[in-house]
Amino acid sequence: MTPFTYSRASDAGQAVTAISGKPHTKFLGGGTNLIDLMKMGVEAPDELVDINRLPLAQIEELQDKRVRIGALARNSDVAEHDLIKSRYPVLSQALLSGASPQLRNMATVGGNLLQRTRCYYFYDSAFPACNKRKPGSGCGALEGYNRIHAILGQSQQCIATNPSDMCVALAALDAVVRVHGPNGEREITFGDFHRLPGNTPERDTNLAPDELIIAVDLPAMPFAARSHYLKVRDRASYAFALVSVAVALDLGPNKKINEARVALGGVAHKPWRANAAEKKLIGQDANEQTFHAAAAAELAAAKGYKYNSFKIELAKRGIVRALSAVAEMA
Amino acid sequence: MEAEPNQFSGRLANLTEVTRQLEATGAMASESGDAFQSEVDGVNEHSILGYPETRRKFIKQVAGTSVAIAIGPNVLTYASASEPVSPGTTAAASAALKVNLNVNGKKFALDVDPRMTLLDALRERLQLTGSKKGCDHGQCGACTVLVNGRRINSCLSLAVMHEGDEITTIEGLAGGDELHPMQAAFIEHDGFQCGYCTPGQICSAVACVKEGHANGDDQIREWMSGNICRCGAYPNILAAIKEAKTKTRA
Repeated sequence: MTPFTYSRASDAGQAVTAISGKPHTKFLGGGTNLIDLMKMGVEAPDELVDINRLPLAQIEELQDKRVRIGALARNSDVAEHDLIKSRYPVLSQALLSGASPQLRNMATVGGNLLQRTRCYYFYDSAFPACNKRKPGSGCGALEGYNRIHAILGQSQQCIATNPSDMCVALAALDAVVRVHGPNGEREITFGDFHRLPGNTPERDTNLAPDELIIAVDLPAMPFAARSHYLKVRDRASYAFALVSVAVALDLGPNKKINEARVALGGVAHKPWRANAAEKKLIGQDANEQTFHAAAAAELAAAKGYKYNSFKIELAKRGIVRALSAVAEMA
Repeated sequence: MEAEPNQFSGRLANLTEVTRQLEATGAMASESGDAFQSEVDGVNEHSILGYPETRRKFIKQVAGTSVAIAIGPNVLTYASASEPVSPGTTAAASAALKVNLNVNGKKFALDVDPRMTLLDALRERLQLTGSKKGCDHGQCGACTVLVNGRRINSCLSLAVMHEGDEITTIEGLAGGDELHPMQAAFIEHDGFQCGYCTPGQICSAVACVKEGHANGDDQIREWMSGNICRCGAYPNILAAIKEAKTKTRA
């Protein structure tokens, strides 16, 4: 780990001032990803601003029934909160499917939004080719061991996947990310928060370097009480998703689908909102035939590589299974 | 009396077995804070049961000497001129920061390099070597400690982040000579082989029960999945947690 200076922020404004104009300064939250990356030599900030003491850990209902989750709320606290469990079970399930109890006690919501890929070639700072870690150096995964890599939205520059479970649920829930910058606060809709790799895979998100995430807002969405997170991985617990599916269904009389939310994890550089699948679901009867059609539509554009082509069929089956589980809920 | 080589190695193996059990469950280090404090006060008192680094130093020492040693946990003493470790020393060149930690009920003011993890501060500065460095990347759980009552991976947390925090390590679980019910249950059910993951397993298990996540085999397995045991003692660990859950601590 390279040397760095350390300070504690006293409020959000002071934190932003402390980081402004300093590209090698980073905020320190739970540290579960950043400190690991610093040990690996992937990240080497020369200054850390510890934001853990800022009063941003509240989880509260707003007057218009939205729910606001402070950026420093720990993953474990969000997952166990009554508001989240009752209104957005998909989010609670996604959080509890990620990492371990110890890591969830440390990891913050804001930090989870900024988790970096677990692509082996990105994580190994001794490996020469990684456009995300070292722009212009190439992509080791394209022709390498790419079992955990993307099948949707990738570019020739990068086929890394976003590792977060929480973000897949937030994508399905149309969350809004609230950030504090030098010019005050702004909102970023969830679909605009993370980026596809394109020609700038070094940028994971559209957060500006001098902005601090302060909260995530969940819209009032009564039908999200009927939601579910399915995670498929190599072992039963404590592993990243090969494919994951977050779904919510608004079912009318006779199980007609009024509204549908589907998002996928483990398949793309960002949490993947399955718009094509949703289009195929809305207005249809909630049955297996409908679900198969939605899954096929979403994966029509998928492209696999030497070791990850299995994900295409896996994602289809995951969508069908997650939708079936939600349709059968009372 | 000069020990025969075969006798000696047999005794060493015996000692290793005894210390394995004691250290794995934290019993050996249960009074480490006291021993450490007395050392800070200038009293060099080295009892193998009271000084957490003794096993390491002891084995290192017997490897290079043929001094006769009477084996047994209650009679073991040694008299090397071990250098006292002060909590105030600074190891690295970069600017040290002061941090106040409350560890196992005792307050420590440390000057630490900002890079120092909580795990390294506990092990290398406070000599609380019960918490183990396994993977050092938050993947194995051997470094699990309780911070303000919650279990975390101390390897992925910087010491300077814990100003004023209350930290409980495996050394702080027992009440005097009385093992924590979880420690006793791990011994009772043989919940370990090599013992390396055990301090983390026990700290994690204590939290697992306290959180209310020890209701049935499947729930315990899921909520203990952050602690890897490469000896594969999982069935016995599960049995130990189930038993400890039924026992309340006085």
